[in-house]
Amino acid sequence: MLDYAVAESEMAEYWYIRPGYEKAVQKHFENQQEPEVSLESLIREKDFNEAGKGSAEVKNVLKRLGIDPAILRRIAVASYEAEINVAAHSLGGAMLSHIYQDRIHMIFMDNGPGIADIEQAMMPGFSTADEMVRELGFGAGLGLPNIQKNVDALHIVSEAGDSTMLEFLIFFNDNGQ
Amino acid sequence: MKLSDIVKILDAEVLTPEVNLDIEVPCAFASDLISDILMCTKEPTLLLTGLTNQQVIRLADMIDIIGIVFVRGKKPPAEVIEMAKERNLPLICTKNTMYRSSGLLFNAGLRSCRI
Repeated sequence: MLDYAVAESEMAEYWYIRPGYEKAVQKHFENQQEPEVSLESLIREKDFNEAGKGSAEVKNVLKRLGIDPAILRRIAVASYEAEINVAAHSLGGAMLSHIYQDRIHMIFMDNGPGIADIEQAMMPGFSTADEMVRELGFGAGLGLPNIQKNVDALHIVSEAGDSTMLEFLIFFNDNGQ
Repeated sequence: MKLSDIVKILDAEVLTPEVNLDIEVPCAFASDLISDILMCTKEPTLLLTGLTNQQVIRLADMIDIIGIVFVRGKKPPAEVIEMAKERNLPLICTKNTMYRSSGLLFNAGLRSCRI
């Protein structure tokens, strides 16, 4: 019981919704609509040869659907940063992409070890990346801020010592309507 | 400015001879940080970098990179060159540093990409 209470107190949650998108985001999470297309891919720990492939696959599908290039770029950047985060900082995980008529919902789940302080992780320049990750050109502490800049809604749930779930929504039209 | 002009200005070696160098390069960006490259590339851009791992090619799947200049004499491993060939992405390498390469291209009239 005590362990459970401690774990619960360490659980952190973070929400960001782009101003003006509150209704559209609420509608998405309330309606539980069936997506038109769903894609899934695994992300392995520190596998920097393969990391990024899942995001490229999603981008290609959206490109074929004729999504506006500026929106497509925002999706690609947010997705790639999130995929790299799982490869660089976690024990591995998976990404799930649900494509709807007017939006994409992407979910990144990992097997730990969790983010101790999400607010701190959101600060530009803050990074816990190791030397190997930095040598590859990552670990500038800009991943999460870059994701937030490109999405219409961002939700992170993490527990120190446990897993992290990051999900975001991007609408294909400018106002989410 | 054509990519073939850039090869001359930087006294560069072409790593992907199969790929066409007769392409127009409108602007360039230089960085060794992947997050910066992702955020600053919003139009077709030539990338100058010291990064030589596979992720630098994967970046070109995400954003509009039209060619890569490896600076300071760095050469990517064979599998990275192979990945670029599959994507028809031209790779060149120069002994000049990132600062000097950027200066030479800027003086020759190649503008900075819009950020």
